[in-house]
Amino acid sequence: MSRMFGVLARSYLGLVLLFLYVPILVMMIMAFNKSPLYMLPFRFDTVWFGKLAENERLLRATWNSVWIALANMAIATSLGTMVALAFARYDFPGKRFLQGLLMPPLVIPWLITGTAMLIFFFWTGIGRGLHSILLGHVALSLPYVVIVISARMQSFGAVFEEAAASLGATPWQVFRRVSLPLMAPGIVAAALFAFAISFDQFVISYFLAPVGISILPVEIYSSIRQGFTPEINAISTIVILVSMALMIAFARLSSFSGER
Amino acid sequence: MGSVDLQSVTKTYGATRALDEVTLTIAEGEFFGLLGPSGCGKTTLLRAIAGFVTPDSGRILMDGQPVERVPVNRRDIGLMFQNYALFPHLNVRENLGFGLSVRHRPKAEIAARVEELLRLVRLEGFGERKPRELSGGQQQRVALARALATNPRVLLLDEPLGALDKNLREEMQIELKQIQRELGITTIFVTHDQEEALTLSDRIAIMRAGRVEQIGAPRAIYERPATVFAANFLGAANLFTGMVEAREGGLTRVRLEDGSLVTTRDEAAPGRQVTLAVRPEKMQVAAPGEGPNRLSGTVSHEVFTGTAVILRMDFQGRAISVFAQNDGGPLPRAGEALTAAFDPANAVILTDPAG
Repeated sequence: MSRMFGVLARSYLGLVLLFLYVPILVMMIMAFNKSPLYMLPFRFDTVWFGKLAENERLLRATWNSVWIALANMAIATSLGTMVALAFARYDFPGKRFLQGLLMPPLVIPWLITGTAMLIFFFWTGIGRGLHSILLGHVALSLPYVVIVISARMQSFGAVFEEAAASLGATPWQVFRRVSLPLMAPGIVAAALFAFAISFDQFVISYFLAPVGISILPVEIYSSIRQGFTPEINAISTIVILVSMALMIAFARLSSFSGER
Repeated sequence: MGSVDLQSVTKTYGATRALDEVTLTIAEGEFFGLLGPSGCGKTTLLRAIAGFVTPDSGRILMDGQPVERVPVNRRDIGLMFQNYALFPHLNVRENLGFGLSVRHRPKAEIAARVEELLRLVRLEGFGERKPRELSGGQQQRVALARALATNPRVLLLDEPLGALDKNLREEMQIELKQIQRELGITTIFVTHDQEEALTLSDRIAIMRAGRVEQIGAPRAIYERPATVFAANFLGAANLFTGMVEAREGGLTRVRLEDGSLVTTRDEAAPGRQVTLAVRPEKMQVAAPGEGPNRLSGTVSHEVFTGTAVILRMDFQGRAISVFAQNDGGPLPRAGEALTAAFDPANAVILTDPAG
């Protein structure tokens, strides 16, 4: 009985992994296939990476995506750290209400958020452009960042900060030398989240991107509609490898400072 | 350097008065204990002295200077937390040097001071360890050394030995007292453990419901408790209620509610209703018979503690205890008659009625 259960559990796990990773693997393998029509048999070639280097449009979109994601990561993580710190360490009127306001953006469909932002930005004269995409991404990722860092902050009390203050540390020194190192694993995780949310973001970017300017997910989408070549696979492969490398590097870093 | 003056310090949280007009003067170099049950305000008081709690009213003076508006980091205090609060991301050396480092002292000075502190608490060679790699007793010593690192004018200890097991606690009591004596630093500590308060303190303040119930040297409070609460919280007490009949020959005669007669050296006006406290170890098993300060009853049960036998007897509707030394003599057993006697010098008149 338990043996059969074991077999079932194993096959279940196998299936999950299969559906999760096989499409990605196939996608990556096809980046190295010579045929432009994804035809088999597989013939190894790096022609699509070469083509990619010449594809201005795709490269510019990738570059836009990368810097928006990095800027979003920096802005959302700094703002979110401050918010999480305020929620965890201070009591002020309306705190619960503000904490409650974090939740709805997580469940409101992006399509609706995107439409709302488009209308709002149009109205207020912010308009469309990379700046409004960045603004939208920051607004979108902030709740995630706050939630991830708050979870970390719950694992240690204010007592370390009080100890630092009693030893003569100014509020800034307390933050810099005690709160920040203790929050670091949460901040790193939140930063990764913020990067990923922005880098993956399609709907809001699609709405807010002006004509002629594109970012990677939007560019991939339009390529697919227009009929595409394995260049898309090539850029996707690069993106996957780079993000995995980042992920591993961050995980290593945070495990060093992640005591307690 | 290091006197602390509290004048009518009051702090309320909603409807509860955590501190109610607390007035205390702690002298330079004194080892002062704040003793009381949980929720009595002792920790709030310590946090007010440290600067984490701002009183609603009243004054806090250090060396004569008001400090109510001085932030924690400029109060020049050393604070040791109940669970030590050693920085988990720093090693022992960095923990000890933290206070000097945030004051931007030269590296060489910090290193020298850290060495000195490691010697003081006998942890040479542990400088590179992280706090979690230390035992409870070692962590406690690092916390103490860290609090002392900047030579603060006042050392504040929150349940300093509360997290240690019994044997280690006794050892650390001696060590703590020794270090405090050596440095002559004014020390205020919070405890709910009466034995710890008695052993360590030069003076104790017993606190209850935000108020100071009694202040004095451990021995003075123990021998002459002022209130029922003080008598019961610091040690055990047998309580008797009665009416003062007369004062003659240096003794006050009190007629207890059951008609028996007791005398005390304490003074009280005839006709007054009083409560008397007698410590269990100040009562002896006596030969049966009538007479003043002799109380008779039946032993309800006995507790053998090794060095002594505690005999319980119902008297005036209250359980009273007699602490009989285990000196080999015969002792009454449960169900047998007991006559307990005490010296008039050992009966203390309390200022409030027994509940």
